[in-house]
Amino acid sequence: MSSYSQAVSLLLHLADNALILGHRNSEWTGHGPVLEQDIAISNIALDLVGQSRNFYQYAAEKINSENPEYKMTEDGLAYFRDAWDFKNCLLVEQTNGDWAKTILRQFLFSNHQYLLYDALMSSKDEQIAAISEKSLKETTYHLRWSSEWVIRLGDGTEESHDRMLNAIADLWKFTGEFFIATNYELAVKKNAIGIDPSALKARWQEKLESVFTEATLPIPAQDAPMLTKASGKTGAHTEALGFILSEMQFLQRAYPGGMW
Amino acid sequence: MSAQNQSGWPLWEVFIRSKQGLDHKHAGSLHAADAAMAIENARDVYTRRMEGVSIWVVESKYIHASIAEESSSLYDPANDKVYRHPTFYELPDELKNM
Repeated sequence: MSSYSQAVSLLLHLADNALILGHRNSEWTGHGPVLEQDIAISNIALDLVGQSRNFYQYAAEKINSENPEYKMTEDGLAYFRDAWDFKNCLLVEQTNGDWAKTILRQFLFSNHQYLLYDALMSSKDEQIAAISEKSLKETTYHLRWSSEWVIRLGDGTEESHDRMLNAIADLWKFTGEFFIATNYELAVKKNAIGIDPSALKARWQEKLESVFTEATLPIPAQDAPMLTKASGKTGAHTEALGFILSEMQFLQRAYPGGMW
Repeated sequence: MSAQNQSGWPLWEVFIRSKQGLDHKHAGSLHAADAAMAIENARDVYTRRMEGVSIWVVESKYIHASIAEESSSLYDPANDKVYRHPTFYELPDELKNM
């Protein structure tokens, strides 16, 4: 079931990013280092899952208008696709690690998602523009919250600084994928429904450098190890996604159609 | 709640003004390392259900309160000084709706 139109592929990419990162963040619920941060990261998880629902609902609508016999729903897309059909970038499926790694993952991603939604507000597809505009407010907060934590941990104690260095060593290599355009992204750019993600790189780097500098963290060199393919965005995932899906999809697959 | 949590973060009192309100009401307290974090924590903890449009945070140590044992000398005397209330004016009929 993968002959979807290019626009649907874009919607799934946006939805999968939000769902997988939302799920990862929700793994902190009840285990946060401090009460208020437990609530904060859970709120962010809820925001992200909410964003994914908007995109999945629209994707299901489009799929059904092209193939009514599929009778696709948002749940069908979230719970019944296998790992190779997911189009999230590799960064969001990485394990939570410690608080520093989770914070850095959020900052790197929200920095990108902010610029992406900001650009998609001008999409010729009104629904995509509307979802992006609404989601941008949430992402603005995610970016602010995670930036401040990067600064506090980077410019904190010796231990927090070291943990941030380890987090950068773990996650930096995945950031290249944000800016590599897939075939479907280039296709939707042609009719102004989507954008070429490589156009976001300069502003992403600028924000990153300003936050890292204030956090007294080193900015990784141009030749640091880096992904050079749009791997996750085209369904080639790390083993981490398999573990996530088996936990997230278990209930629906074991009891299809089950409801609260 | 203790004045400092185990990381040494001070306690802050949170005041929130709701959309329909004119004044900031005390909503609770939380620990945070600095003012910016305190405001974000207050936003995350106390405005989840859209209770507010404005947040004030003050470190708890800066709030000075009157002592309960002193309330009789602080407040009771005002109770029987009826001449302090503006109740002896007779309003003409034309101003009935004042």
